[in-house]
Amino acid sequence: MQPEMDDLDRAVINRLQAGFPVCDRPFASVAEGIGLSEDELIARVAGLLERGILTRFGPLYNADRMGGAFTLAALSVAAPDVNRVTAILDALPEVAHNYEREHPWNLWFVLATDSPDGIGKTIARIEAETGHPVLNLPKEREYFVELKLGA
Amino acid sequence: MTGSLDAIDRSIVVATQGGLPLTPRPYHAIAERVGLPADEVMERIKRMLASGVIRRIGAVPNHYALGYRANGMSVWDVSDERVDELGVRIGTLDFVSHCYRRPRRLPGWRYNLFAMVHGKSRDEVQRKVAEIAALLGDANRGHEVIYSTRILKKTGLRLTKPSRV
Repeated sequence: MQPEMDDLDRAVINRLQAGFPVCDRPFASVAEGIGLSEDELIARVAGLLERGILTRFGPLYNADRMGGAFTLAALSVAAPDVNRVTAILDALPEVAHNYEREHPWNLWFVLATDSPDGIGKTIARIEAETGHPVLNLPKEREYFVELKLGA
Repeated sequence: MTGSLDAIDRSIVVATQGGLPLTPRPYHAIAERVGLPADEVMERIKRMLASGVIRRIGAVPNHYALGYRANGMSVWDVSDERVDELGVRIGTLDFVSHCYRRPRRLPGWRYNLFAMVHGKSRDEVQRKVAEIAALLGDANRGHEVIYSTRILKKTGLRLTKPSRV
């Protein structure tokens, strides 16, 4: 199931995880460093995005610095009830990610709201609608956030 | 900490949160979209990079496509006196993507340090978790690795309004 990648694709992925310049012709300046033409690099990036090997190409924003409020939260939901609770979370625009995990706290999701009191309101609503208490684990300190995977 | 963005910054965020245009002059294309000179768009993007509003500009690989199928959220009960010093060190490990301190919620939740570990297999994740455990030494009073089994929703964070002055 792993998509085909050649060495040049890997070089492009590794190079583009390290950053992209802000200048008139950024593709041209990156392309030169890996022995491609500007057009070839643009075509490679387009191909990697189309094939789903890259999920995104562009600025990565730090949501914390944009004036909103965020938290990581979890629910402990018995298997027969997971679909009902998932549907409730799906319908809430404040729920940005939701992962099922192997643990007594089995549903883990990120809440994003415009203001800090929006987090409390959303949690109260989830507790009321699901009937389950929410484990609310807001970030107290960030030590590192960056994912660079060798391709 | 730095407050919110002004309306022009927000318009640039909204114009780029789906990604950069794949054209030779992507910042000029953005500038056209938001109705600003390209130089001003590039200046503002550089400023947002410097202030940390933009973490970086670049590519985000699909980790499953690169063969990183195991994604373990390692959670640790670390003494409060040492968690900050050790968290910074764990954050420098190249296999750790996100590393945070979060509150304990006793009695149901005892872990205050979170480190997301990616690997090509669960064995690889377990080996990396063992490295973290070695680094923490006796400051580690207990840990678990919580694997994801299904992505139920992944919409990402989006600004919806182009401006809010």
